[in-house]
Amino acid sequence: MIRLEKRPEPSRGFAWAAPILAVIATFFFGGLLFAFLGKDPVQSIVTIFWQPLFGEFAFYYRPQLLIKGAPLVLIAIGLSLGFKAGIWNIGAEGQYIMGALFGAGVGLAFYPAQSAMVFPLMVLAGAFGGWVWAMIPAVLKVKFGTNEILVSLMLVYVAEQFLASMSLGLMKNPEGFGFPGSRNLQQYASAHNAEIVADTGMHWGVVAAIIAVIFAYVLLARHRLGFAIRVTGDAPRAARFSGVNPSRLILFCLGTSGMLAGLAGLFEVSGPSGVVSIDFNVGYGFTAIIVAFLGRLHPVGILLAGLLMALTYIGGDIAQSQMGLPAAAIQVFQGMLLFFLLAFDLFTNFRLRLGRVEVA
Amino acid sequence: MKLTTLLTSAAMALGLATAAFAAGHEKTKVGFVYVGPVGDGGWTYEHNKGRLAVEEEFGDAVETVFVENVPEGPDAERVMTQMALDGADLIFTTSFGYMDPTINVAKKFPDVKFEHATGYKRADNVSTYSARFYEGRAIQGHIAGKMTKSNIVGYIGSYPIPEVIRGINSAFIHARKANPDVQFKIVWAYTWFDPAKEADAAKVLIEQGADVVLQHTDSTAPQAAAQEAGNVITFGQASDMAQYAPMPRVSSIIDDWAPYYIARTKAVMEGTWESTDTWDGIGAGMVGIGEITDAVPADVKAEALALKESIASGAYHPFTGPINKQDGSVWLADGEVADDGTLAGMNFYVEGIEGDIPQ
Repeated sequence: MIRLEKRPEPSRGFAWAAPILAVIATFFFGGLLFAFLGKDPVQSIVTIFWQPLFGEFAFYYRPQLLIKGAPLVLIAIGLSLGFKAGIWNIGAEGQYIMGALFGAGVGLAFYPAQSAMVFPLMVLAGAFGGWVWAMIPAVLKVKFGTNEILVSLMLVYVAEQFLASMSLGLMKNPEGFGFPGSRNLQQYASAHNAEIVADTGMHWGVVAAIIAVIFAYVLLARHRLGFAIRVTGDAPRAARFSGVNPSRLILFCLGTSGMLAGLAGLFEVSGPSGVVSIDFNVGYGFTAIIVAFLGRLHPVGILLAGLLMALTYIGGDIAQSQMGLPAAAIQVFQGMLLFFLLAFDLFTNFRLRLGRVEVA
Repeated sequence: MKLTTLLTSAAMALGLATAAFAAGHEKTKVGFVYVGPVGDGGWTYEHNKGRLAVEEEFGDAVETVFVENVPEGPDAERVMTQMALDGADLIFTTSFGYMDPTINVAKKFPDVKFEHATGYKRADNVSTYSARFYEGRAIQGHIAGKMTKSNIVGYIGSYPIPEVIRGINSAFIHARKANPDVQFKIVWAYTWFDPAKEADAAKVLIEQGADVVLQHTDSTAPQAAAQEAGNVITFGQASDMAQYAPMPRVSSIIDDWAPYYIARTKAVMEGTWESTDTWDGIGAGMVGIGEITDAVPADVKAEALALKESIASGAYHPFTGPINKQDGSVWLADGEVADDGTLAGMNFYVEGIEGDIPQ
């Protein structure tokens, strides 16, 4: 008879050991999977984790890590605030799209005027676009008690339709021979979210992500609002007694996460991506949910988790090309990592008991 | 040090290494970037068949690599850079959305040749290539017009872009020629590959009375939906989809990239590669027409094959006037043939098609 027993106190040791154990288990079972596919398991894992960081061309991949990781961290930080308080914004992908559309819209409206004001205005518009899109589920929840999970998720598909419409219509590049997609903002200096220091991957989105991590840390650790968020998540009734206004908390959490997702979209569309196109969104808003939990909703954890996810993407693509591993195997590998982390995480709060149940 | 300098020195180091190996011993490395999974049964599947054909043709003299499911944007740029860093000599980027990333990466690697499918931006080391799928659409349209009993032909569009609109127009013109009463119902799926959405689109069209379903999406889901409904015919898209023959799939348009990929790889090996813009059709073998099954009456099949012959030989162009635009204004006068520029950017329906192109 095996059963789980709740620990009287969460185990501090396991809280630290869980990620390490998860990585070891992923290496082992992932290696097994690769071996079954007829690939050298050690080489596969070295390719995924070592090559981007310390391989021959690490000088190229390390900056890419920031480019791929920044939107994930930025979005996940916002989501984690709500998740801590039990407010579930599942629609960050939609807010990401709307941020990109608002921001790029402002940039394209100014084309071809060159001014130092264009990019800051785009940033404001991007933040606003994401915020507005997240305020729809927030206001509906506060006013009518609707479920924010459903509303925010459904609004992703609405945002995707807007994106398609903009790529094919209003924002279509007039010099694009009728093909969909906007002008490339990389080629419009005033609107270009260029690297701050060349070839470091450090663009404004990376800076924003780092600032967001610091702010979230201070907010949660030191600020009254952070206390309200934590207490609401742990004990909603106690939160009410201690004077937390749940409506304001909902508006704040959804608004902030929407704003950060919108910023991520704006920094992406004006920088690494460059164009508003039908396939602009590639799932950062959904992957960020994984990143938030992988980082245990802790700002520093999210930063590390975002970089780890970015690493598996970049290393995974290298393994595909160099070793012929199928994309699906890489996705299974990424899934394993999350699965094992959550599985081992269980043992922070529970312990395994063998033997018969004692009758009290 | 700037990245470009680093990249150049890395490329030079590779070049030196190559030289040290004595000419002829180093394999030519060819990379392929795919937008979908190689098992999609359509677009990416055919590009991958082209890759395998290159391997077969040159054996040990080439090494091919590929990455599948690569999103259009910064990820594509990274994957291409990675292939170039790993010593690729030639890289095929097989989706329209890879256009700007291809140009960006090509600038950093002047010695690597790039081939971008379906785009319009070229450089000294970037060629573009595409197939005249609309030639195949003409034959489909003819068969559809002859075969439909309800006079309603359903059409699953992916995105309202020139390539797709060209296909709709070509199919419609030839369906109307075969059957003046035919109507087209068009559904936009806003995806290239999504079996669930494609199946829904096919079901909607069939419910609205369509007994022929044409598709510009890459999965076999519409074929499955048609099979379930019975008495509905379909055509394979991008790939033969012969597993649904003889019914519902009565024929297909096949993208055959193998001859082009082999020719371009050979050009790189021989040092004769030059930047070009290729737009080939049935004649050059880039567009294939899959076997027309016995579900199609013999006379219709014979007409379809004759049409194919005349297009292949160049005797007939699917866009030959008189053709009016949807609003009734004259596009092509009697006997006039559409120029490639207009075709490449086609953003209007021809007369007789109902509905608007989504904006």
